[in-house]
Amino acid sequence: MLSFYKSTIGKKVVVAVTGCFLFLFVIGHMAGNMKVFLGYDRHGVHHIDAYGHFLRTFLEDAFGYGGFLWLMRGGLLAILALHLYTVMQLQVLKAKARPVDYKKQDLRASTFSARTMMLGGFVILLFIVFHLLHLTLGTVLEGFVHGEVYANLHRAFRSPLTVFMYIIAMAALGLHLRHGLWSFLQTLGLDNPDRNKCIRLGAAGLSVVIVLGFLSVPLAIYFGILIPPANL
Amino acid sequence: MRLTLYVWRQPSADAQGDFVKYDLSDVSPDMSFLEMLDVLNANLEELGKEPIVFESDCREGICGTCSMVINGRAHGPESKTTVCQLHMRSFQDGETIYIEPWRARAFPVVKDLAVDRSAFDRIIQAGGYISVRTGSAPDANEMPIPKVESDLSMDAAACIGCGACVAACPNGSAMLFTSAKISHLGLVPQGQPERTKRVKKMVEQMDDELFGSCTNYGECQDACPKGISISFIGRMNKDYMKAKLIEVEEPRKEVESQ
Ligand code: HEM
Ligand code: FES
Repeated sequence: MLSFYKSTIGKKVVVAVTGCFLFLFVIGHMAGNMKVFLGYDRHGVHHIDAYGHFLRTFLEDAFGYGGFLWLMRGGLLAILALHLYTVMQLQVLKAKARPVDYKKQDLRASTFSARTMMLGGFVILLFIVFHLLHLTLGTVLEGFVHGEVYANLHRAFRSPLTVFMYIIAMAALGLHLRHGLWSFLQTLGLDNPDRNKCIRLGAAGLSVVIVLGFLSVPLAIYFGILIPPANL
Repeated sequence: MRLTLYVWRQPSADAQGDFVKYDLSDVSPDMSFLEMLDVLNANLEELGKEPIVFESDCREGICGTCSMVINGRAHGPESKTTVCQLHMRSFQDGETIYIEPWRARAFPVVKDLAVDRSAFDRIIQAGGYISVRTGSAPDANEMPIPKVESDLSMDAAACIGCGACVAACPNGSAMLFTSAKISHLGLVPQGQPERTKRVKKMVEQMDDELFGSCTNYGECQDACPKGISISFIGRMNKDYMKAKLIEVEEPRKEVESQ
């Protein structure tokens, strides 16, 4: 197992598999966010607040309040750390394998998204840190109230600068996934020359859906499509 | 045609190299790129200067010896073409052309445009063989092979080992070459006995030679003069995963008789 990880193919597979887990999380997170558009339930609690409560109390008997959520967060961070660590190792290998660069290089096959995987990944990393401080812990959000998800979103996305930052981060995520999703299938040998056009299109389509899904929330709030709660 | 050439000149493996500018006129569009360089070398020799060292052998696109990066493309601007099959009609009159050697740590420059590609030989030696029975030749079609697999195996076998995949890959990865060599044996019945051992040995040798790791850019397949598909890389990855994680071969323990 360890000698598998030592090989270049082993590392490639680890990047692909961890990337795939992160992707599944991203899909789930985006779908969960859509609860923002569902309004209030019959107890007058906003659906997104109820969803937040549900995540904290899920399997409460076994793990305590918020226990399961923290377990998931820990797992995700570990996966992200493995993704990053392996990517860095491969990056070092790459620099070693091509110590002298070409004077001229005419790249025709690689896409913009493929060539910006490191840069985009770095933007995503910065965003993850900011996002946790912003809407999870509330450290950098003025007036943040733990548990008031819907109100916190309104507190956050009044600021055009914040909305702009979210747009940049999601663009980076979209680009990362456009190459990443295809690359993942190729790495695991699940591609097929006859299907590759469709796979690439599918990867691009899914990335667009994810970006638009995530951005719909800040944009809807900023442009007043989602009405602020009574206490704001 | 008139051309301005910037050619990488490096007197020896450890010497410092640099681009040298050459102006060349009276180039026929029907010359091959190598013939153009032959003319330039003849001129240099007449002037008593050191000719440019570059490699070539068959000059018919089958041996993979000719190797240089021309204006940022391995084997030049045409697709599925080796340098010896590239003709000057692919360039414009008055064009400036940069000529560089393959760049990879595993392919050190020997002199000027010639690089040492013996890393590829060592990958082949590590496992690019099959066990065959010596003696009389087997009957034709004695061993039935499905058409789809034999075609795919032949597609992989088209690799001429020129190294353009490594040269074109921004990661300096040799996975297209290695995967083609692993696949063309692994796809047919004759290659099955050593299949697990082969993929392990060849991938490990490839890593030992300090080639980089693939990130699925696809530049190798674009540069390959034989149009070998990167789907062979996926195939190699699957074989390697199987060999390392599932069909792990343990050396057999000593068996006591009786
Ligand atoms: C935190 C910062 C991140 C960095 C620096 C980063 C960097 C990278 C790099 C350099 C690759 C290799 C690209 C290649 O093989 O061409 C990669 C692959 C990938 N990443 Fe990330 N990434 C990050 C976060 C993420 C996140 C949050 C996700 C999920 C949404 C993700 C999903 C993927 C996927 C699916 C792949 C494809 C694996 C493959 O090459 O087969 N990454 N990442
Ligand atoms: S010299 Fe043999 S392929 Fe070009």
